[in-house]
Amino acid sequence: MPGEINWPALLVFVFFFVLVTVMGFAASRWQRGENHAQLDEWGLGGRRFGTWITWFLVGGDFYTAYTVIAVPALVYAVGAYGFFALPYTILVYPIVFAVMPRLWKVAHAQGHVTAADVVYGRYGSRALELAVAVTGVVATMPYIALQLVGMEVVIKALGLTGELPLGAAFVILALYTYSAGLRAPALIAFVKDLMIYIVILVAVVLVPMKLGGYGAVFDAAGKAYAAKGSGGLTLAPAQFLPYATLALGSALAAFMYPHTLTGIFAARSANTIRKNAVFLPAYTLLLGLIALLGYMAYAANLKVQTNNDVVPALFNALFPSWFAGFAFAAIAIGALVPAAVMSIGAANLFTRNFWKAYVDPSVSPEGEAKVAKLVSLVVKVGALVFILFVPTQYALDLQLLGGVWILQTFPALVFGLFFRWFGGPALLLGWAVGLACGTGLAFADGIKPVHALVLGGQTYTVYTGLLALIVNIAVAVVAQALLGSKSGTAARSNA
Amino acid sequence: MQILLLIPFLGLLWLPFYNQAQPELFGFPFFYWYQLLWVPVTSLLIWLVYRRHAEHGEE
Repeated sequence: MPGEINWPALLVFVFFFVLVTVMGFAASRWQRGENHAQLDEWGLGGRRFGTWITWFLVGGDFYTAYTVIAVPALVYAVGAYGFFALPYTILVYPIVFAVMPRLWKVAHAQGHVTAADVVYGRYGSRALELAVAVTGVVATMPYIALQLVGMEVVIKALGLTGELPLGAAFVILALYTYSAGLRAPALIAFVKDLMIYIVILVAVVLVPMKLGGYGAVFDAAGKAYAAKGSGGLTLAPAQFLPYATLALGSALAAFMYPHTLTGIFAARSANTIRKNAVFLPAYTLLLGLIALLGYMAYAANLKVQTNNDVVPALFNALFPSWFAGFAFAAIAIGALVPAAVMSIGAANLFTRNFWKAYVDPSVSPEGEAKVAKLVSLVVKVGALVFILFVPTQYALDLQLLGGVWILQTFPALVFGLFFRWFGGPALLLGWAVGLACGTGLAFADGIKPVHALVLGGQTYTVYTGLLALIVNIAVAVVAQALLGSKSGTAARSNA
Repeated sequence: MQILLLIPFLGLLWLPFYNQAQPELFGFPFFYWYQLLWVPVTSLLIWLVYRRHAEHGEE
């Protein structure tokens, strides 16, 4: 399979890739507003996305190509523990429903484009604004790189070798994001999501039929874990706390990322977001079924070189080659949507919270859009260089750390939406201590997502990011109590 | 009404409650179909809160 080009699959793949490329360039004309040269237009699609577009955009951007590859790979490797992605992507929606409509209202009323804008508007602290912006950009970079990993995996499965195909795909992506902004991924997300839905529905119906039903799939996986002596179809008691805290911590972090927030800010109204909290879980159902591909690999007796090859190997083994090509195209296009939105989110942060704040305070909205477009190119080239020249493991490690870091912006961004007791300095101190604590623990544990905490002779293994968040909040509370609440009233108009 | 939003957290974060293979459904061990079932249940709970919200005529 590797090294030998799968022509029917490649042709189908190229067809769909060309289709979305044309759509990407055409998107700049779609729903265009009057001031199309402004950052609001390029970076937030003019804030006019209704329920359906938001559903496709956020769905396409939150459930990334890397997820489709990595979640089954993790389930394949460790069994039930890898399933934490499911409670994570369920619990995220009550949080979105409770928090994001409030955030949207503040952003809409005051023309904020980024999370750091909101924080500056609320607390008037340039330092806290910069902290939130830098955390966002740094956490996003490895995430973009991982989308490339997802693409690399399917390109390899088509039998193509070398770095040229990946580079070419990314240059195309960079160009249409440059010209069409957020409208490009929003439009492409329609195609991508429909393709992914088709692939997964076919996979979850057809694959178990070929393999003897779900009972047989679970049986085969259970036997394989028993033979390996690790993993299993249910959790070991020692995994309960890691499982629950990873799910909760990831759910709290998910919509702190610039790419998910960009989808929120681009919505037309607060109710658009509320409706999406009701309907977005449809993707979670899909993700739960995708995760099961990890077990199907055992039932199909696949042998893979690396766990990430599980999904492509399964498709190559069980689907006719044209449909495998369709599936790979779905995954590759699934990488383009989040990569585009991530680079736009990062570019918005750079432009609003660094360029405008420090370099050119009098920059016009048109000037902002120009800067952001260039930065989006730089960000993507950076991610490509990273993935071509740095071991993939670094991207994985950085993405894990990025999750711990982005979670530390939660108090600064969210608390101010609900109560006004905290001031900027206390939140900044909490962020700094949380970040240092989370990073320190992660390095001490050898870049593992969980930390073993010994309290009163008992060991509790907890998601490091959540642990750091608790420290972060505790420090902020103590600091605020000591500093007094004078500084908490910077921007009263945010109510 | 907002309190309904907390129910999924109770249902999903307390592992001893659902970390078991039995009873199976359509070949799925309990651990899997129970968590998958929480997807539509969570949607429904959020929808109930949303509907109440909309009735009160809030923006």
